[in-house]
Amino acid sequence: MPDAWSQYSKKVMDHFKNPRNVGEIEKPDGVGHVGNPVCGDIMELYIKVEDEIIVDAKFKTFGCGAAIATSSIVTELVKGKNIKEALKISNKAVVEALDGLPPVKMHCSVLAEEALKSAIEDYLARQKLKK
Amino acid sequence: MRRIYLDHAATTPTHPEVVKAMLPYFTDAFGNPSSVYSYGQEARGAVEEARTRVAELIGARGEEIIFTSGGTEADNFALKGAAYANERKGNHIITTSIEHRAVMEVCKLLGRRGFTITYLPVDKYGLVDPQDVKKVITSKTILISIIHANNEVGTIEPVSEIGKIAKEAEVYFHTDAVQAVGHIPVDVDKLKADLLSISAHKLYGPKGVGALYVRKGTKLISLMQGGEQEKRRRAGTENVPAIVGLGKAVELAGQEMDKEAERLVGLRNKLIKGLSEKIDHVHLNGHPTRRLPNNVCVSIDFVEGESMLLNLDLEGICASTGSACSSASLEPSHVLLALGLSPEQAHGSLRFTLGRENSEEDMERVLNLLPGIVAKLRAMSPLLKTQK
Repeated sequence: MPDAWSQYSKKVMDHFKNPRNVGEIEKPDGVGHVGNPVCGDIMELYIKVEDEIIVDAKFKTFGCGAAIATSSIVTELVKGKNIKEALKISNKAVVEALDGLPPVKMHCSVLAEEALKSAIEDYLARQKLKK
Repeated sequence: MRRIYLDHAATTPTHPEVVKAMLPYFTDAFGNPSSVYSYGQEARGAVEEARTRVAELIGARGEEIIFTSGGTEADNFALKGAAYANERKGNHIITTSIEHRAVMEVCKLLGRRGFTITYLPVDKYGLVDPQDVKKVITSKTILISIIHANNEVGTIEPVSEIGKIAKEAEVYFHTDAVQAVGHIPVDVDKLKADLLSISAHKLYGPKGVGALYVRKGTKLISLMQGGEQEKRRRAGTENVPAIVGLGKAVELAGQEMDKEAERLVGLRNKLIKGLSEKIDHVHLNGHPTRRLPNNVCVSIDFVEGESMLLNLDLEGICASTGSACSSASLEPSHVLLALGLSPEQAHGSLRFTLGRENSEEDMERVLNLLPGIVAKLRAMSPLLKTQK
């Protein structure tokens, strides 16, 4: 019999099974909230920023295996990056970091990128208010 | 790891006796049933024997059974065949909002091609009200197509009442009985059905074969031209081994159905009860009692179906979901939405459909594993927080 066929890469399954940085950050510097119940994926991304550097990131996600994996990997990708670098993280980078996603799951990587951008925009808006 | 298969509404393992019955028709008895010599006549005999078996199970006559490539073809044949054969009489078709896609998408196509389709709503249990059917019949109505038992939520529709209404109105009545035949008693005369779809692989037969029951005298246009097979109603060399398999599968179903249904109802109820006891915010989808013996469909709040399925699969448990995340489209199941579920609840649906290999132990395994999976996923769900 042929080997079992899996739609997800090992990396995706690893992040799905052991998601990194699950939870919320108390007093976050930025929060991104994207997705909607109709399409079935909702992501929340929290960031802690010190001297323009993202020192911590956490997520909460309602969604499929790919949505959980993309949320998890994006928190890893973003940690330690400065705001400018973080804004450059694209959905493509998310997909590459996961060793690929099935075509029907590409929107999950877009959602992860949007969650990150939304969190950073929230951070920038808060900074403006402080000034 | 021992795998537990709980997705019998998707497909069933072919019964070993069915496989045994099929095998000679690949090799020794390979003939074409249309051939006059002995090889052909052996095959012809086997096909006709299978036809009789199928007819017997549903109270029909052999000549009223047409073999098809499966349930989807049977549904397409019934709807397109009846619509185009009767378009001079009228162009109105009545169906429901919870049909299998093999009916729903044919209706949508016919709707774009000059037919008027009424999609009847269902109540929160997924039941169609026969009075609703009666109310929407017009002088233009030519066909009523209503699913016998729903594949997702397991609700058994009041098909015999609807059949009676159709008969009184002299409108053809088709029912997609793919999930019902071989699992619960189905009798075409009690249902007053003119057309009824059957699939072999839902009742421990092989994939790629099914049948359409066509009541004698029903006007139908063929989908396939190009041969004399099936009295010119379905051209193409008969899939003899598969047809033999269908015949054996319905024979076994006829013998085992009553006892097996009773056993499955016990397992089903144990699983439903256990899930509601062990997990908070679980809702049963479909009707509590008017449901298929083997169907457990629930929605689990705050978590998404595919992520539950993946976690179950890691533990060797195979189930199904109505969440869009498990399909190419992003919209959740039209059936669950028609029952009035919110999109979140539809995405959080899980369906277990039990079968002959399943035991009490299998139910216990699910009940031991699922609460932990749900807890893990809920811990990362942004929906739960907003509930607090």
